[in-house]
Amino acid sequence: MTARTTAPVATRALTSAREAVSGISIALAGSGGSGVMTAGTLLLDAAAKAGLYGLMVRTSGPQIRGGEAAALVRLARAPIDTLDDRFDLLLAIDWQNVNRFADEIPLDAASVLIGDPDEGETPDVFKSTGACFVARPLKKTAKAIPGSWTNMVALGLAGALAGLPAAALEAAVRDSWKRTSEALKANLAALQAGMDAASGIHGVPELPKGNAPAGRRWLISGNEAAGYGAIRGGVRFVAAYPITPATELLEWMAPALAKVGGTLLQAEDELASVNMIIGASYGGVPSLTATAGPGLALMTEGIGLACSAEVPIVVVDVMRGGPSTGIPAKSEQSDLSFAVSGLPGDAPRLVLAPTSIADCLETTQWAVELAEALQAPAIVLSDQFLGQSRAIIDRPADADFVGRRLTATANTPDYKRYRDTASGVSPMAIPGTAGVVYTADGLEHTEAGVPSSQPKDHRTQLDKRERKLLRHDYGRWWADIEGDGDAAVITFGSSTAAAREAVARVARMGLDVRLIALRLLAPALPERLAAALNGVARVLVVEQNHGAQLYRYLRAMYDLPGKPASFHRPGPLPLRPGELATAIVEWTNAGVRKKASA
Amino acid sequence: MSPAVKKRGRATTPAAGKAPRAASATKPRPVPGRKAGANEPARHAPRTLTEFMAQAWAMEIEAAQRYTDFADAMETHNNLEVAAMFRTMAQYEAKHAEQILAEMGWSEPPVVQRGDLRWPGFEAPETAPIDEVHYLMQPWHALQLALAAEKAAERFFRELARVAPSESVRHAAKELQAEEREHVLLVKAWMKKVPKPDPDWANDPDPARYTD
Amino acid sequence: MNGIASPAVLTPASYKSAYKPIWCPGCGDFSVLSSVTKALAKVGVPPQDVVVVSGIGCSSRIPAYTSCYGFHGVHGRALAAGTGLKVARPELTVLVAGGDGDGYSIGGNHFLHACRRNVDLTYIVMDNHVYGMTKGQASPTTEPDWDNKLSPGGTGIRSFHPLVIALASGANFVARAFAGDPNGTAEIIAAGIRHPGFSFIEVLSPCVTFRPEQRLWKQHAHPAPVGPTDDPARAARRIMTDDGFNIGILYAGDRTPYPTHPGNAKRTPADLETEFEL
Repeated sequence: MTARTTAPVATRALTSAREAVSGISIALAGSGGSGVMTAGTLLLDAAAKAGLYGLMVRTSGPQIRGGEAAALVRLARAPIDTLDDRFDLLLAIDWQNVNRFADEIPLDAASVLIGDPDEGETPDVFKSTGACFVARPLKKTAKAIPGSWTNMVALGLAGALAGLPAAALEAAVRDSWKRTSEALKANLAALQAGMDAASGIHGVPELPKGNAPAGRRWLISGNEAAGYGAIRGGVRFVAAYPITPATELLEWMAPALAKVGGTLLQAEDELASVNMIIGASYGGVPSLTATAGPGLALMTEGIGLACSAEVPIVVVDVMRGGPSTGIPAKSEQSDLSFAVSGLPGDAPRLVLAPTSIADCLETTQWAVELAEALQAPAIVLSDQFLGQSRAIIDRPADADFVGRRLTATANTPDYKRYRDTASGVSPMAIPGTAGVVYTADGLEHTEAGVPSSQPKDHRTQLDKRERKLLRHDYGRWWADIEGDGDAAVITFGSSTAAAREAVARVARMGLDVRLIALRLLAPALPERLAAALNGVARVLVVEQNHGAQLYRYLRAMYDLPGKPASFHRPGPLPLRPGELATAIVEWTNAGVRKKASA
Repeated sequence: MSPAVKKRGRATTPAAGKAPRAASATKPRPVPGRKAGANEPARHAPRTLTEFMAQAWAMEIEAAQRYTDFADAMETHNNLEVAAMFRTMAQYEAKHAEQILAEMGWSEPPVVQRGDLRWPGFEAPETAPIDEVHYLMQPWHALQLALAAEKAAERFFRELARVAPSESVRHAAKELQAEEREHVLLVKAWMKKVPKPDPDWANDPDPARYTD
Repeated sequence: MNGIASPAVLTPASYKSAYKPIWCPGCGDFSVLSSVTKALAKVGVPPQDVVVVSGIGCSSRIPAYTSCYGFHGVHGRALAAGTGLKVARPELTVLVAGGDGDGYSIGGNHFLHACRRNVDLTYIVMDNHVYGMTKGQASPTTEPDWDNKLSPGGTGIRSFHPLVIALASGANFVARAFAGDPNGTAEIIAAGIRHPGFSFIEVLSPCVTFRPEQRLWKQHAHPAPVGPTDDPARAARRIMTDDGFNIGILYAGDRTPYPTHPGNAKRTPADLETEFEL
């Protein structure tokens, strides 16, 4: 189906998402002790209680404590996984170094800017956006209520402006309370004072009431979701080495694993963690570790070992700004090339990428299932945005992805660990099983597992390890394919949500674009992508990195129709729906002009 | 319901708040040997006036440097009011050091060997300990710190005035003691002008965050 | 900032850059930075002839805060980078710095072999018994019963004893310092720089954010009852039986440092061809 208009599409309508208010975006900012992260979390919680959905992203300066920080919150009536193009409200408890976040908090003339008149001048970078400035003495208000905190005033103010019911805001504060009841009383009073301060402020759109069910929804981060997905998939051993932004995934798993009878072991480094999980998995226990780019680099040799010895492992790579130490606390999708091809030798492996915070659960769970079923290493490409942001999601449906390893029965006659089977998967003997003893090896080996340098054996085993991945039926999970059109946007990971919103926006203007969000990146499945691209004449590959890594990978591994185009930008700023929508339209117009001039 | 908030069970305590149970291995076995600084003033008192004034000068310079470091750290952590106070204190200490140079008629700073200096404790009495600051500290705390430092300096000079072997040193020590006494009163007066901190001054609802 | 010409007289200020550290106020690392600048002034080597090599973590931020050359490498590999640098450029003064997580966990292997190799480096570890940068996990020197998120209830395993390991592996100078004693630490660092071979200085440097109880360290730290020995066995006995708070140079040996003065080139590359000629 072609675009409903053959004329170039106007781009100006794309820059305002306010026609269809799909949500409201609030930024809370302040420096040390101001408690904006907590306020943002409570705002999100209140929205949940009010039947809404929401997403919170944190950003901060380099200090461990006391630095400048901002909570970026988007609330809506339907689940959201991306920030919008702009913010409706920036509420600053103080302005200390908040100008550092200017690029992350785009404002315009329709935005509202609230600051405390006792906390200094509003930085020019915010004033010059034309946002409407309103003064509210947040600190004084809190001081007038002994024992209360300024962030509670801010919470009340922001919540009221967003149209959140007072009951929901109050409940959020109560539920989170850990201190004395006098302090609670004082802070509820501060909350109310904040709500009262909202009167007289105009310009912040109010959210319509939410109607999402109270039960069966979660407030969760991508890291937590991935950890839980791993446990659901059957992981019972984790080796851990802390690294930003994966540490929380491991920290969440430590007590969780213990509860279900598993173990987490803190390793001395990533070389140790990857080899520890290989050892545990060789022993029959589904195993996982989590890391980021620099750690993944160290795990390379281990992943190759897992590939060659056919030992299942799952490595979650919570991607961050690269290369090398890069930008540890910011997101980027720049480990893709390394994940799909960064191993010495011909070493096929599974690479998956969750498309949203909720999907971190299912995709990690699926990765465990695949790794176990195919006796291969699986890399899960999450990223800092998914991992460290919190969202209100519908409880994910139970998925039947449970790791089931094909194991050898005792005393199998003529047992060969690496037997060249039709599927490529050969039964794996688990230590403790009689009569099927073998030695696993990173060296190339015969079917029996004896080291070999023979051409026949090398060929057989290379074919086997490749075949087992290619022959597997990945079902419908390998990609999300949405919509129709002779143009398609292909993306992966955290860019999916922004691309999806962009596609929705251009559809409202009469431009139909298909969206393909790849969940399985390796092995490449040419036939399935060809089917997904049936009727598509041109593709735009969207990703958050400098080297157009997905674009190059797709061009290498697949036949893409027409002249494939690429939209790619490195971190640290996330891709936004508006810029993607503009890019889609410009790309479409270019195509239309080409057609017209042909 | 709010796992992010509930998980803050491990929130850190402020410097002035109660510390969690110290882990077992931080308790050392008793070991024979002297504690640093015991009987130092008597045994290692400066013998000459020049030696003594050089030491006094070094004290002021160290104190000034310490307050400057504090000011920088406060500034980086967005605590501008206290940063400004520490800068002021650094300036005072630097001025005292200059006064010593003027009194002694020294055109260049004296060369002070580390071995010449003896304090009760690891650092000079007027140098505020490096761990006594907190990113959320308030002006009153800064003055408390200064008060403690000036009092310690006064005590040091008082002791020296008592036990120093040379008359000129004892006399100079008494003078410096009187000056430190002045400083103590100045700080106390300054303290009267700043509000006392709230009991929950160290409260930071947000957890620590990591950046590397 | 870093590009000042060396003044006629080098003072500690000559070694400080204009960048203000992001360490939490109260952090012991401020003290170590001050000690390093004092030590370098005492030794008198110009800042451009000094390189500070570090890994990843709070302590590893230190190179940018000095006006020396700096190398902020990857986690745990500072000693390897510093070794390569010193062997290739022996006339430079090379300081390697980092924390206990960086140095004893992921860097543990390199630590062992740097001590064995005994290259003329000075290695300063700011030990606070925790991974600070990643928000508070147990490090190798953490007490076994310290509760933390990654190892709830504590790791349950014996903490690492870097001084003994250094001594046994071949380090030529082993010392313990305390951030609460910046002048004493400066003396030790200066001595370490001057001492030939691998000088290892473990500085107890409290973390006010994740280990606030370490403020008690200043009550425990005390000068070592005796001076340094050059007898490894005696040093080993002392180190293994002390209370963990003996401050001072504990061992200063005469083990031969790694040779870093290769002979002058006597041949040109072309001379190497003779081996292949028929």
